[in-house]
Amino acid sequence: MKVSTSWLSDYISLDGVTADELAEKITAAGIEIDGVENRNKGITGIVTGYVKSKEKHPDADKLNVCIVDAGQGEDLQIVCGAKNVEAGQKVPVALVGAKLPGLVIKKAKLRGVLSQGMICSAKELGLNDKLLPKELQEGILVLPESTEIGLDITKVLDLNDEVLEFDLTPNRSDCLSMIGAAYEVSAILGRELKLPQPEKDIVEAGGSAANDISVRILNEELCSHYTARYITGVKPAASPLWIQNRLMAAGVRPINNIVDITNYVMLEYGQPLHAFDADTIDGGILGVRLADEDEVLTTLDGQERKLEPHMLVITDAAKAVALAGVMGGLETEVTGSTVNIVLESAKFDGGTVRKTSRQLGLRSEASLRFEKEVDPNRVIPALNRAAALIAKYAGGTVHEGIIQAGTDVVEEKVLTLSLDKLNRYLGTDLSLLEVKTLFGRLHFKCGDAAQGLIEVQVPTRRGDISYDVDLIEEIARLYGYGNIPTTPIEGPTTPGTLTRSQAIRREVRRLLSHGGYQEVLGYSFIQPEQSKLFPALTGEGLAVKLAMPMSEERSVLRTSLLPQLLDIAGYNTNRRQSDLALFEIGNVFYTEEEVLTRQPHELPMLGLLLSGTRAAKQWNVPVQPVDFFDLKGALETVFDHLGLTGRVVYEGDAPEGYHPGRSASILLKGPEGAVRIGTLGQLHPDLQRKLDLTDTYVAEVSLQPLYEAARNKLQYHELPRFPGVERDIAVVVDTAVPAGQLMDSIRENGGSLLQNVQVFDLYTGGKLESGKKSVAISLVYRHNEHTLTDEEVAEVHDKVLSELQQTFGAELRK
Amino acid sequence: MKEKLEALKAEALAKLQEVSDPQVLNDLRVKYLGKKGELTEVLRGMGSLSAEERPVIGQVANIVRGAIEEIIGTKQEVFQQQETQNRLQAEKVDVTLPGRRLPQGGIHPLSRVVQGIEDIFIGMGYRVAEGPEVETDYYNFEALNLPKNHPARDMQDSFYLTEDLLMRTQTSPVQIRTMQAMKGEAPVKIICPGKVFRRDDDDATHSFQFHQIEGLVIGRNIRMSDLKGTLQQFVQEMFGPSTGIRLRPSFFPFTEPSVEVDVSCFKCGGEGCRLCKQSGWLEILGAGMVHPNVLRMGGYDPEEFSGFAFGMGVERIAMLKYGIDDIRHFYNNDMSFVKQFKGL
Repeated sequence: MKVSTSWLSDYISLDGVTADELAEKITAAGIEIDGVENRNKGITGIVTGYVKSKEKHPDADKLNVCIVDAGQGEDLQIVCGAKNVEAGQKVPVALVGAKLPGLVIKKAKLRGVLSQGMICSAKELGLNDKLLPKELQEGILVLPESTEIGLDITKVLDLNDEVLEFDLTPNRSDCLSMIGAAYEVSAILGRELKLPQPEKDIVEAGGSAANDISVRILNEELCSHYTARYITGVKPAASPLWIQNRLMAAGVRPINNIVDITNYVMLEYGQPLHAFDADTIDGGILGVRLADEDEVLTTLDGQERKLEPHMLVITDAAKAVALAGVMGGLETEVTGSTVNIVLESAKFDGGTVRKTSRQLGLRSEASLRFEKEVDPNRVIPALNRAAALIAKYAGGTVHEGIIQAGTDVVEEKVLTLSLDKLNRYLGTDLSLLEVKTLFGRLHFKCGDAAQGLIEVQVPTRRGDISYDVDLIEEIARLYGYGNIPTTPIEGPTTPGTLTRSQAIRREVRRLLSHGGYQEVLGYSFIQPEQSKLFPALTGEGLAVKLAMPMSEERSVLRTSLLPQLLDIAGYNTNRRQSDLALFEIGNVFYTEEEVLTRQPHELPMLGLLLSGTRAAKQWNVPVQPVDFFDLKGALETVFDHLGLTGRVVYEGDAPEGYHPGRSASILLKGPEGAVRIGTLGQLHPDLQRKLDLTDTYVAEVSLQPLYEAARNKLQYHELPRFPGVERDIAVVVDTAVPAGQLMDSIRENGGSLLQNVQVFDLYTGGKLESGKKSVAISLVYRHNEHTLTDEEVAEVHDKVLSELQQTFGAELRK
Repeated sequence: MKEKLEALKAEALAKLQEVSDPQVLNDLRVKYLGKKGELTEVLRGMGSLSAEERPVIGQVANIVRGAIEEIIGTKQEVFQQQETQNRLQAEKVDVTLPGRRLPQGGIHPLSRVVQGIEDIFIGMGYRVAEGPEVETDYYNFEALNLPKNHPARDMQDSFYLTEDLLMRTQTSPVQIRTMQAMKGEAPVKIICPGKVFRRDDDDATHSFQFHQIEGLVIGRNIRMSDLKGTLQQFVQEMFGPSTGIRLRPSFFPFTEPSVEVDVSCFKCGGEGCRLCKQSGWLEILGAGMVHPNVLRMGGYDPEEFSGFAFGMGVERIAMLKYGIDDIRHFYNNDMSFVKQFKGL
């Protein structure tokens, strides 16, 4: 809402307060002022003048030589290039020495002809010429014939005005009007208001309006009050300049006196009005009802609109003539030849107007105000105000009486506020008198306060105030938020903590980042095809689609972190950063429902990606490409820190999207068997090629099972007091035998004496027959109570070896 | 015999004096002092000496031995020093060559900011709470005092999945979920970080996905002055001890009164600079006293309990704190960006 301080001064004195100071005060009290615009862009020395004659320039086709009387004693000769300049016009004249934005006027010769000034366009005067008719945008500004000459143009166009841009929050629609703004400023400055009194200004004549028009409401729940006045003998023409100036200051385009006055009153009262050409209203009957199925209406903009049964329309005896609160109909529009009008002022349901205006893409100053609910007690004052102005400035006769349907009595709400609660709520110590004074500035009437309870009467213009806390806010903002004390919270103290899952995520984040992995953050939305690249750790779930995605690329909720990690890897690879060790912790989503009826599952996941070399090229470190075991080792470290070593197993079952020979499922063993919690491996070469990546390894692990399985309590183990006995063996088996199974067998048979098993070498080829491999394993035996004898070790170790031979056909390599 | 010894000494000393090679020195030591050395050889003839001569010659022999040993010792020390010198010379490294670093990963700048904020509030006795990213219309809007058709829903255009399910547009639903889970117990002191989603076209300052952190305190006597005190403490820990706050009235459907909170610009200290657009203040938080309708929805009687809530955009704080000019950096995850955020 643009609030002209010049206009505002009609209602409240702004003496001694600059526009900038006012802006600061209003902002501090709750309505942010986005900017203060001075309508005078720095012009001086421009006066109104009269074009006495216009002759063609002797040497230039496009120029005219005008003789202008600008009230300077002598006539001025001015060369003017505007197409629309004509003798007999009143125009703004920049005298020699005048200043315009970026321009100083000098005496000059144009193609040999003396020019003693310049006739100005609206744009040259710094006006927003987009609000003017096209011919005035292209040529000079033509002033009304009645304009006196020799006047300072800044006075004529009311340019010595500063406009405050109110950035209104949705609750403060009361300030969508000049009067509302005046109330706010009055509360802030503590100054009196003087408001228009239209009921006193209006002069009724020409018989009862009821003889010519009638109104009725069919859907009262959607229109609580519908009022009209009948005005005859209007003369549509340009509005007086002062009205045009104010409309332009507010950013509204002047059209003609009738339309301008309805707009003016809408800006003044916040109540949108509409004028119908009365002679086009069939039967003189205006009705309010919901549209019929398939009903059509051609609106003011010439478009034929197909209406729907939820839309509210105004009808005459035969048909719909307007979309209530949204836009008038073309057929009943006020035109240059209109003589009699019906002026409408009504309260339409905000939600209905919003739905209609949105659906038809017709959002206007009027619909905006109806949407936020207009003040029911301004329907009639606004109607009277407009009627009085039309009578005065458009020559109409206002017929007797207001024709109306619905209720015109809306009681003001009375709320009870406890002074004690107010002070407890804010932490203040305000007295009853202080509080009542502040309500007085707001023009909220207070009843007598009994036992600290104040009865506050809330004017209907403040529809946002429904609870005592709303009143507390009013007091707080006028008292000043800066004046509220700063205190610590009183009462019991509470321990601050992370939940277990949060603590685990932090541990994982810390561990991986210290181990060289960089955390990244991807988007939760991916492409539908991306959701099918990797196996669903999310069970047999379906991807969840957005109802209205912004793009296909981001149209489903991610079912895996890996597609985003690959995108991030691609982004960096394209920027010559392909040595990547990345991780992300985030949620994935899935549902079992074909048609979603409840929240989808949301699972926290850990994703990892590794590519390139282990370390950047450096003089003393060999360049080694990363491999499967680098990534697996990272995961093993994570599991180890969570106390899960021994419970996690890897199965080479070639999950989807992965290289079949270099990938595994990750299983967590529990009391009810092993469950798959993740996948790990090299990206399938086909996918890698498609994504234009180098050799890339990825892993994804579901965190929820880890939250549950992770060690609860760190426990000290006594240090070994007796030396261990180490035995290294080399086991030759078929290459297909997984090392993990050899280790499992060794652990099982080594029993409690076996403290540690470690693969320390792997060998194929050479002297070994093909299809065989040699796995070198180091075993450590130890007893906690005594030093092991050779015999004790031999007993266990032999069992380990013979089991390896029997189960795996292993041969011990010398 | 004495002459013999003197001659031996003179010869030995002369030879040893000239030695410049450790091997030669060792050979000479054997030659003179070894078991079959020349001095031993001479002393072997001591048996034929008289009882008077024997101690005299013995003394001379000891002096000779001492002199030879001394010079050998001195020479050995010189050689050892030389050898050490040579070794040190040979082992010299170019200290300006780079060393082998510890692996260096890092956490994402947004995680870093979230953890920092969490830690401040944990220190103030807050629990960290979480909620789902897909919310119901009820938790995201209705329970927060935004009934269907509420004009304030204009402020947030959302990603709906169905008519009733949407990507949460704010972390505030966690407030309701927490209150309901607490079943009327007080005090409630939580901080909820998380991802939120709004239909914004991405540009330098907008992202359809971003992060918020929201705080909620409910108790029997929570005042707006406590909100000020809490936020004052927070901004001092977050941005430095000289940071101040300024509260401006605002509007959120779920708080009443509602406030926008500015902090004094931590770059210029309030003098006015480019970061704060010459105003001296940075807008970073929205806050307010929990609306009675919201308390009621959460299962708390507004006549008995009151509370405050506050929320902030993590990206905005990170951008201000680190001087980042484009929000898209956070989600592009360019390594040359994300790896900058390490250390203190």
